[in-house]
Amino acid sequence: MNTTILLLLFAPLAGFLITLFFGKKLGKTVSGAIGTAAVAISFLCTLSLFSQINAGETIATFKLADWFSIGNIKINFSFLFDQLSVLWLLFVTGIGSLIHLYSISYMHEDENMHKFFSYLNLFVFFMIALVAGSNLLIMFIGWEGVGLCSYLLIGFWYKNQDYNDAAKKAFIMNRIGDLGFLIGIFILGFHFQTLEFLEIKALLGKDLITPSLLSIAALCLFIGACGKSAQLPLATWLPDAMAGPTPVSALIHAATMVTAGIFMITRMNFLFDLTPEIQNVIAIVGAITAIVAASIGLVQNDIKKVLAYSTVSQLGLMFLALGLGAYEVAVFHVITHAFFKACLFLGSGSVIHALHGEQDMRNMGGLRKVMPITFWTMMISTLAISGIFPFSGFWSKDEILMTAFHANIPLWVIGSIASIMTAFYMFRLMYLTFFNDFRGTEEQKHHLHESPALITIPLVILAALAAIGGAISLPGNSWLNHYLAPLFKKHEAHHLDGQAYMLMAIATVGALVGIGIAYAKYLKKKEIPVADSEVQGLHKVLSDKYYLDEIYMATIVKPIYMISNFAKKYVEKFISKAVIGLGGATYALSIKGKKIQNGNIGVYLFAFIFGMVGFLVYVFVIRVK
Amino acid sequence: MNILEHVGIENYLTLSALLFCIGAFGLLYRRNAIIMFMSIEIMLNAVNLLLVAFSSYHEDPSGQVFVFFTMAVAAAEVAVGLAILVSVFRNIGNIDIDNLKNLKG
Repeated sequence: MNTTILLLLFAPLAGFLITLFFGKKLGKTVSGAIGTAAVAISFLCTLSLFSQINAGETIATFKLADWFSIGNIKINFSFLFDQLSVLWLLFVTGIGSLIHLYSISYMHEDENMHKFFSYLNLFVFFMIALVAGSNLLIMFIGWEGVGLCSYLLIGFWYKNQDYNDAAKKAFIMNRIGDLGFLIGIFILGFHFQTLEFLEIKALLGKDLITPSLLSIAALCLFIGACGKSAQLPLATWLPDAMAGPTPVSALIHAATMVTAGIFMITRMNFLFDLTPEIQNVIAIVGAITAIVAASIGLVQNDIKKVLAYSTVSQLGLMFLALGLGAYEVAVFHVITHAFFKACLFLGSGSVIHALHGEQDMRNMGGLRKVMPITFWTMMISTLAISGIFPFSGFWSKDEILMTAFHANIPLWVIGSIASIMTAFYMFRLMYLTFFNDFRGTEEQKHHLHESPALITIPLVILAALAAIGGAISLPGNSWLNHYLAPLFKKHEAHHLDGQAYMLMAIATVGALVGIGIAYAKYLKKKEIPVADSEVQGLHKVLSDKYYLDEIYMATIVKPIYMISNFAKKYVEKFISKAVIGLGGATYALSIKGKKIQNGNIGVYLFAFIFGMVGFLVYVFVIRVK
Repeated sequence: MNILEHVGIENYLTLSALLFCIGAFGLLYRRNAIIMFMSIEIMLNAVNLLLVAFSSYHEDPSGQVFVFFTMAVAAAEVAVGLAILVSVFRNIGNIDIDNLKNLKG
């Protein structure tokens, strides 16, 4: 088992080093193959671990090395392979392998392809560390590492300044969340004297920490999750992150990294169970994010931006489930979402590839006949994300909504509206992209083609998973709930009664309504979204993303600039003058002072004796009084 | 019989202080190195006198032991000092300390 774990951990790291240092010499195809193989090895190792754990073997804690200890706190490089982490690794490395495979073809034109693969491998390595770490600090290393890789890959086409800005924005937004995460770690470490998940779980019942401080710690962890998983108010970086190559959007900004926040909260579920008020905050933030992002997604015209807002919205739904304490439901949605969203992103990449970089849906259309595989795989995923029976999204989204219905009706309403919006904008995307006539240039039309096999194979596999992925957790007889049961506090499963069927029916009708509106608008009336300058009213508010970026600009960025400018103009001048003045004064004094040392022994003696007398007078006469 | 009983410790202290001041002023006023040396010796002996006086007053012989040490060290110091002065005299022809300014680094 230890060899498997070592291989699982270090195959991507080895892949990273090889492609980084020798990638140029090895050539594009070979470095791509090495990168893919590295992740595939990890996937196979995970499969073997998964089969062992699923068969009921004990959970493995694997200690790689000591790291450091402060006082009583010992921190080791150790990894925890339990039901949750192995499940997570399974789809991280699985989807990771598929996306690596896809990238071999997708990035083939790029001169820095070997660098792309080394970054992707590094990302997978850090993601494994994040998921498998057995204490908060190892998780934090992975957390920061995936943030770094996200930064590197968003700005992969570094010659475009906008892309660099998007990368920096993602990094800075994440840092804000990371600060919260760190404070949470410090609070827990200080009070529990350990950062191991299992030990914290065991110590939580022992009253080592006041409930209010525990709430603050939970809130801090949630802020960290907000940054990484793009929840309001830290959500604005994810849509901009679409500047990166499409496989990156699929792997990092849809399927894996952005779910790290959900993973962390699921991992710390025992903590959040004790802080119901923070759970409420999580549920409300999730619901608001879901509906806000979905409403922005309604009017986006960039195919990847639609998917990005859809991702934010779906993440919001997952947080809603987390906030309601239904961790296994959130995990279920993470998994199905990873399948269909990765497929959608890769499909959009396939479209963009065929159109030579065109991302605006107003210039697409009619691609159904030219790209049948891309169309059908995306269609399946779209049906899945819209929540149409029997595709995977139906089951997971339905469970979230059902949980919300039992806990809090307003949240259920918000979630349902967000789902209807999802169905609408996804079918809007499909109709604009694949139906009616092609609206691009003649030259583009001439070059239209279905993508090569390396691109379509991952699409087909992901679409298949998106279609049947729901099978892992069917209501009434859920393998997933049973598998994850040891991790969570026991709570009653919802019975599959009339009410449940009614909710399913409502959700399906809602999705169909969304699809119907999109059908009427974009397929029947053949409407094309107007140019950006002509949008008005509510539509404009939505397409300007509720002016969130502008609000941040005015309330945070501008004041910081003003403070910096003030500091630059006045404070810095004052400080530099003070420092230079101090030096000048010392110099002037020393010029005068060096005249005292003139070599005249008489003067020295005089000073010596009078100094001594003065000292004695002070000690024995003045001070004694 | 104790000599202190006839003279009194205050007188020893006064004498010692006087001697010390004479030495100090000699050191400050004179420029001749030999005289300055003598002044230093006077100061040293003022202290010795004080030590002996207190030693006798407290009936504790360790003060007198110190005096022997001081004398021995002073003798050694004079030997070195005088040797330096001889060397100075041979080089510049007098022993006025104002002429030693050039030794300044």
